Amino acid sequence: MLGRTANGLYWMFRYIERGENIARLIDAGLRMALTRSGSSDEDWDGVLQSAGVREDFDAVHGKLTSADAIDYLLRDRSNPSSVMSCIESARNNARMVRTALTRETWEATNECWINFKDMLAKRVRPAEMPEVIDGIKRCTGLIRGAFHGTMLRDDIYNFSRIGTFIERADNTARILDVKYYVLLPAIAKVGSSLDNMQWESILRSVSAHRSYSWVYDGDYSSTNISDFLILNDRMPRSLAYSYDKIVSNLGYLAKLYGDNHAAHETASATLMLLRSRTIDDIMEQGLHEFIEEFIVHNNRLGEEISEGYRFYR
Amino acid sequence: MGNTPLAFDEMMNADQGPRQPYENYHDWYEGQDRARLIAKSRDAENLFRKTGITFAVYGHEDSSEKLIPFDIIPRIISGREWRRLAQGIEQRVIALNAFLDDIYHKQEIIKAGRIPRELIERNEAFLPQMIGFKPPGGVYTHIVGTDIVRTGEDQFYVLEDNARTPSGVSYMLENRETMMQMFPELFHINKVRPVEDYPKLLRQSLASLAPPGCSGKPRVAVLTPGIFNSAYYEHAFLADMMGVELVEGSDLRVVDGKVKMRTTRGYEAIDVLYRRVDDDFLDPLTFRPDSALGIPGIMDVYRAGNITIANAPGTGISDDKAIYSYMPEIVEFYTGRKAMLENVPTWRCSEEDSLKYVLEHLEELVVKEVHGSGGYGMLVGPTASKKECAAFAEKLKARPANYIAQPTLSLSTVPILVNKGIAPRHVDLRPYVLVSDKVQIIPGGLTRVALKEGSLVVNSSQGGGTKDTWVLED
Repeated sequence: MLGRTANGLYWMFRYIERGENIARLIDAGLRMALTRSGSSDEDWDGVLQSAGVREDFDAVHGKLTSADAIDYLLRDRSNPSSVMSCIESARNNARMVRTALTRETWEATNECWINFKDMLAKRVRPAEMPEVIDGIKRCTGLIRGAFHGTMLRDDIYNFSRIGTFIERADNTARILDVKYYVLLPAIAKVGSSLDNMQWESILRSVSAHRSYSWVYDGDYSSTNISDFLILNDRMPRSLAYSYDKIVSNLGYLAKLYGDNHAAHETASATLMLLRSRTIDDIMEQGLHEFIEEFIVHNNRLGEEISEGYRFYR
Repeated sequence: MGNTPLAFDEMMNADQGPRQPYENYHDWYEGQDRARLIAKSRDAENLFRKTGITFAVYGHEDSSEKLIPFDIIPRIISGREWRRLAQGIEQRVIALNAFLDDIYHKQEIIKAGRIPRELIERNEAFLPQMIGFKPPGGVYTHIVGTDIVRTGEDQFYVLEDNARTPSGVSYMLENRETMMQMFPELFHINKVRPVEDYPKLLRQSLASLAPPGCSGKPRVAVLTPGIFNSAYYEHAFLADMMGVELVEGSDLRVVDGKVKMRTTRGYEAIDVLYRRVDDDFLDPLTFRPDSALGIPGIMDVYRAGNITIANAPGTGISDDKAIYSYMPEIVEFYTGRKAMLENVPTWRCSEEDSLKYVLEHLEELVVKEVHGSGGYGMLVGPTASKKECAAFAEKLKARPANYIAQPTLSLSTVPILVNKGIAPRHVDLRPYVLVSDKVQIIPGGLTRVALKEGSLVVNSSQGGGTKDTWVLED
């Protein structure tokens, strides 16, 4: 396979994952605004931070309003992480690697782009928001379904999966980091009894508010939520689950190609760390420090993969 | 413009009965509900959009990806008509290759005084780098798309020999695919010769011309300028259907005297490159130094016999519009027989008498730029305004050698589906030809249709559409 093709697949799936995650963040933000009396623009400050675009937003907009924040996250093409930008980048990458995709996967991706190019051509009115967010989730779900249902389990599949999980791990880590900061003063003030809405919004932004209740008996606590998002290997958006997938897909590549790269070592080391620590260890070290370090390692892994498999010249 | 009613219609005779090749289709059509056909037509468009069969129109910012309109009424050619065309095309393609071999070697046709030397040697499409070099298998034009128009029951003309990188073959394949999906019953009542093995034949044909330096199974790749090229869809489609890599210049580099592609496990050699990049951009060390699309040093590898480039660099000299007017002489010179397919009579504006004639009859002629393509920069006299004609006359006088002129042919028509039923529209035909140690002509091709009533311009960049093209087994 061409290095450029591997690169295109990796980024195609990173962008699909990112687009879907941003949509979910917006969803959680909207939900919070609905369920709280007197919604505040501060909520959107946290959402923009979780999406990693807080500073870029300031460069474009003077004052933070919820309408501008939503628009920036959803459809601003100057924001490379807006849902529209992500869908477009995913589709451009898909076009580039067209020969590596099944017709079904390509068509699902292309249709997603065709639909949202029209739907997001102008500002979305608040009344249309639920439909748009649902549509995004449905579209990305269709791409995923076509991909899983039709693609050969070869190196094409492996690079796609690696892209998905590197992005997912990054997104989950950021949400946790930012939200934890938002929640921290509250924890200090009132101990463990927290604004349930805030907790629920974290879980909602990773589509896990129901599954959390099943695992932890509906008991919201910072320790349990951190455990769920970092260490729980059954939770499909947790760091541990993501790394389990990254390591196994890298393992298939090593077997297929007959060689190992720095990336294999880095990924395995991170997985070992996630498996050997308890949540209490992490809280003791400091959650923020732990996550900061994780994000740095995750980025480095991405670079090592692109180097090891000759994504670029 | 009054010539539409006079044009030869391929479906209907003057007495309103169907012509023989269309008899079965016409019967079927009479039994169809028009609303259903129009709905089917819309389905087809959605299918094309979903599949991403688009092309880019340069210079239109917001319409960067467009669909070529597809008309669901097929263009039908009888087996007898086809055999005649195929023989003429084969003769012409053989002559093109012999001509290229000659002008890059002994230049006998020039010595014999049949073609002026300066026409070749001062032509931008003539590549001195190819002089004295024989491409693998002696083949210059691996893929040819011969544009043919019809003006009567027995009257066909070759309009252009596309010998560089003819495009549109993906539409031939997708149009057939779409027709078979939408109207399977039509393929029971008509014996239509298949076109779908084109990718397989293309791959075999390319692989059979591997360079001398290739040991083992030849590795074929398609070279594209990238996703922003107008024909990118086709490049990806062909690579996919052939099961070969689709590469860009940035994926390739010359390593140890071979052209190699950067893969996830290191550099791997390519033996045959089906390039959809123009000569100028192929090798920045030999041609345009600013080209980012090519591979520095590929021409050295080529000359050393370590890669096959299809089509060969420098083939453009054979489909140049100034050379076109000499095609009857060229065919006769190399095949020893008169050309079976006629050329459209052509005035070379570089010649004083011709220029005078052309300027006096501008309103009846089609004037084309010698190096132009895609229907850009041409004047269709009969439909142009007086002002347009006057402006064009000035351009003509300033650079006469840049133009040729031809009579406005009354192109044949085939009906298209419109809201009120069917209506005749002008068409042309581009069959595709593969050259290796043999010449293979795919029975069918791309029928382009001018969708505007009375229009003679079929180019997709100018609002033309396409039709599935059937060659019947008879």
